[in-house]
Amino acid sequence: MTTEVSEMITVVVDGFEVSVPKGTLVIRAAEKLGIQIPRFCDHPLLDPVGACRQCLVDIEINGRAFPKPQASCTIPVEPGMIVKTQLTSPVAEKAQRGVMELLLINHPLDCPVCDKGGECPLQNQAMSNGQGETRFEGVKRTFQKPINISSQVLLDRERCVLCARCTRFSAQIASDPFITLNERGALQQVGIYENQPFESYFSGNAVQICPVGALTGASYRFRARPFDLVSTPSACEHCASGCDMRTDVRRGKTLRRLAGDDATVNEEWNCDKGRWAFKYVTSVDRLTTPLVRNSAGELVAASWPEALAAAANGLKAAKAAVLVGGRATHEDAYGYSKFARVALGTNDIDFRSRLSSDEEREFLAARVVGSTTTYLDIDRADQVLLVGFEPEEESPIVFLRLNKQVRKRALKITAIATKLSIGVEKLKGEFVKVAPGQEAGAIASQSLSAKSIILVGERAGESAGVLSAVAALADASSAKIAWIPRRAGERGALEAGAIGNLLPGGRPVTDAAARVDIAAVWGTDALPTSIGKSTQEIYAAVNSGEIGALLVGGVDPLDGENSQAALAALEKAFVVSLEIASSAVTQRADVVLPVAAVTEKSGSFLNWEGRARSFDAAVADSLNRSDLRILSMIAEEMGTSVNLATVTAAIKEIASLGKWDGARVSLNKVSAPSQSAVSGDQFILTSWRRLLDLGTLQQGEENLAGTARKTVAVISPKRAEALGVVDGDKLKISTSLGSITLNALVEDIHDDAVWAPRNSRGSQLLVNLGVAHGAVVTVVKA
Amino acid sequence: MTKLTPILSAHWDEKDSFTIEAYKRHGGYTASAKALAMDPDAVIQLVKDSGLRGRGGAGFPTGMKWGFIPQGDNKDHYLVVNADESEPGTCKDMPLLMANPHVLVEGCIIACHAIRAKHAFIYIRGEVTHVARRLNQAIEDAYKAGLLGNGIDVVLHIGAGAYICGEETALLDSLEGFRGQPRLRPPFPAIAGLYARPTVVNNVESISAVPAIIANGAEWYQAMGTEKSKGATLYSLSGHVKNPGQFEAPLGITLREILELSGGVREGHTLKFWTPGGSSTPIFTAEHLDVALDYEGVAAAGSMLGTKALQIFDETTCVVRAVLRWTEFYKHESCGKCTPCREGTWWLVQLLRDLEAGKGTEADLAKLLDLCDNIMGRSFCALGDGATSSITSSIKYFRDEYIAHITHGGCPFDPVASTLFAGAGA
Repeated sequence: MTTEVSEMITVVVDGFEVSVPKGTLVIRAAEKLGIQIPRFCDHPLLDPVGACRQCLVDIEINGRAFPKPQASCTIPVEPGMIVKTQLTSPVAEKAQRGVMELLLINHPLDCPVCDKGGECPLQNQAMSNGQGETRFEGVKRTFQKPINISSQVLLDRERCVLCARCTRFSAQIASDPFITLNERGALQQVGIYENQPFESYFSGNAVQICPVGALTGASYRFRARPFDLVSTPSACEHCASGCDMRTDVRRGKTLRRLAGDDATVNEEWNCDKGRWAFKYVTSVDRLTTPLVRNSAGELVAASWPEALAAAANGLKAAKAAVLVGGRATHEDAYGYSKFARVALGTNDIDFRSRLSSDEEREFLAARVVGSTTTYLDIDRADQVLLVGFEPEEESPIVFLRLNKQVRKRALKITAIATKLSIGVEKLKGEFVKVAPGQEAGAIASQSLSAKSIILVGERAGESAGVLSAVAALADASSAKIAWIPRRAGERGALEAGAIGNLLPGGRPVTDAAARVDIAAVWGTDALPTSIGKSTQEIYAAVNSGEIGALLVGGVDPLDGENSQAALAALEKAFVVSLEIASSAVTQRADVVLPVAAVTEKSGSFLNWEGRARSFDAAVADSLNRSDLRILSMIAEEMGTSVNLATVTAAIKEIASLGKWDGARVSLNKVSAPSQSAVSGDQFILTSWRRLLDLGTLQQGEENLAGTARKTVAVISPKRAEALGVVDGDKLKISTSLGSITLNALVEDIHDDAVWAPRNSRGSQLLVNLGVAHGAVVTVVKA
Repeated sequence: MTKLTPILSAHWDEKDSFTIEAYKRHGGYTASAKALAMDPDAVIQLVKDSGLRGRGGAGFPTGMKWGFIPQGDNKDHYLVVNADESEPGTCKDMPLLMANPHVLVEGCIIACHAIRAKHAFIYIRGEVTHVARRLNQAIEDAYKAGLLGNGIDVVLHIGAGAYICGEETALLDSLEGFRGQPRLRPPFPAIAGLYARPTVVNNVESISAVPAIIANGAEWYQAMGTEKSKGATLYSLSGHVKNPGQFEAPLGITLREILELSGGVREGHTLKFWTPGGSSTPIFTAEHLDVALDYEGVAAAGSMLGTKALQIFDETTCVVRAVLRWTEFYKHESCGKCTPCREGTWWLVQLLRDLEAGKGTEADLAKLLDLCDNIMGRSFCALGDGATSSITSSIKYFRDEYIAHITHGGCPFDPVASTLFAGAGA
């Protein structure tokens, strides 16, 4: 991915000339002409290995022929090269047929019961480049089958053609070399280390690139035949990486999801969460009808007209605010944004259903909305600084891209963090160790250039002064900033103005010209002029009686600080909840309106780059409607007009807004607090969410949960010694709200800090302790 | 009549030949002293001029290989000595190391000096514990004598017993601690070998030949051998002969001459077939007794000089049985990396077992040959090629014997007749 012009080399393949960049492998030069050379071990994103020998062709260079056929997947083109594939060389054709016959002698040929049957490169190429009948009459190699190499990946060794794609992927792309080939000869096999299962966040890719049915996903095994599936291009809703995906549905039910192919974003990879966490859509507590709370205080099923009327009346009766979670599509978020201003006449809207700050809101408006940093900038960066961001856990495809550049050209990565993570270790990053809350000081001392990038995670907003320091560093060095939230919808919601200080397109609510822009498109007379409340302020305003009604979509009230206040507010206010399944919000709501899950609707997410990742409904015949359609119906009922009946209408309207070229919101510098002194059993808590944890969208995925990293509490060697704690001892972390007890792990972490996963089994910090980062907690040996 | 030219093996008959004292008694370690005083490039030139070619099988000019190492690149260079001698029939390096280990140590010193390496690694086959111990002692004695440790270190690495680790890139992988499987080339070891540094990989005998060349000069070495195959080498005679063992002679000697010098085929029997260079080289028959045993002569006759392992089989031997045994070896030792060798040897063994048991058909012979054609030149490294050599060559010379197994419904030979204890009575 560079714009540098590379030297072109012209070669002849089967009599046709083709010009390709220097370094191109023969097999890909042939592909460019549409000539398909059969292959197994070759993969364009993996280093060549030349193991399967299926792609043998005859090659001559400047009249000198190689004495024997060459593996076209290992040889780069050279000037004067003439290649004869199976199409024009009888020798190459026989060599390929011979290799195919050999590959099949030990293959069980159990295609009728194999998941891969119907989409199998071995099956397909045996038909295209093999012979109909085998001459092998001997005894096949057999193995016990299948072997679990993790809770989610199964291995049928006798099907394996030993192409080493899976092992090379794991070593070269994911840097998780937990599977290897062992034994030798025909008994060679893929295996795991004795006591170390294949616990990689990217293991599903190994299944996807397996050219035979040797690796299968436990959740999909024996579920379907490929030819019974209807495939729809889709986008991943799990994080802000923005993976291109394919969703395979049979009779209205999603059976699997695969990584799509987008060289600019996810290349051909995705993470296991994106691949294997989709059952939440069909979970048993999915809402099917509208619910309205009756006079007895019970939620009962209601008709749509009844429910819409109840929602409209309730929202009209009191001052109302909007809470939309970070998982709405760009179009739905736009619907909420417009609804708040047009139907409710307020800027009290916030998509940040998590720990957040006013500094962050200003930073987003001043530096992030409309920004254009992309994956390509990572490819070209001279240095990458990570602030409040663990790429492997919080945006795995960003991790893969960083890892690729680290491997390819030793890209320098610096992580300002409280604890050294597995991901940063794998990236060979420089770990700048800080106490929780003291990140800002370390940022100021970094030296970057105009070719550097600062990748800012959403957790950067959890320590005061960090985002101000990031902005100052970017100004001083001309480095680019990219803000990488965890959730797929946050960037879209920001661009849609689902936040108190911005209208759609990054227009400040306080800017009269910006309001005129939007009012014109929306056909309203006036828009609210003052900056709206944040999520926390909205909950507080409900509890103080200032706000009486809430419109809530896709929010988990337990995701924020002070969840007691959030739950109390939801109990107190008149709540209209747009949800797919029963939740802490629906249980407290007055009107519940079921909405379409991501597979049932079209739309788009804006990934961290701001790139639209559009998708169509994968399940064709769902009766569920998208949020914006329902918001339009509520608005009608309220006597106003949001007029977004379809996703297409929203897309058109967003496009018609145009760009904002006026002044941006300015960022008021916030200073970092001074370091709180801790001693004895006092520690400062720090945490992040792991990729695989108790997240709502991972519900029901037992196989996936099996590869989650173990829940531990991490303290430094010095503090461990003081506490008399060694690895595996129990540590009790407590606040006034409660406590958790976890296995201790002594690792490279700031001496003042204790780390625990934010939302993992046995460690739900916001619920259990009420804090997640920067707060002083008590840690004792339990 | 060519005569034996004992150089490496000159003093093997002395009781203490393996000791540093004995080695020095015969002028040992004077060549390394001489070489260390020379310019490294001059040493390379001298080895080039001598015409020494690799004794591990391929016969690549040793001096030229050394010359490939980039100079002034500010990288560490390594010398790796391949002592992973494991081919059936090949048995020259182990006796050499047992009887004269110091000649290898001295060779290492000279070679390291020439290629500007500070470290030499000797990768020795794991099964030969006695040889490893003796070599270890020699290295230790050389350190004690101050011959090593002054800028040149020698490390003995004991392999885990895999034939594939004799393939130079698989050897490097194994030496680095990985599974021994051949690497993709390029890059060649001379550019990125051990730990991705410029590396020379040489056979034990090649490095051991160097001290004498330094001591006596290129012309002395050139005077032995034939036009393109200079010098003397160890021929390892084994099998149905009166006096098996090592015969050091100029390249180009014939088997007839070696048999005459050694006492011939075992009493009362006649030569049926033989390998010129171990089990991976196509077999020869009595008609090849006068083939010059140098690189060109053997190649012209349709085989390879290989490791000069002359395995002699007399008329009591069933060629199908012998070939089956070799093929079983290749199946067992296939590393598994590439399809033709891994799957092909699996199949070859089954076909040959059936043929030997009289369960085959003539069509199986055609299948066997076609299968060999699909393996030969299609596999990742030369191991796959080697697995087919004895099959194709034996069918070429002894097709009738294969057919006899089919018509006879089994092996027409008495397997006991070919053994050492044949005729000894029950």
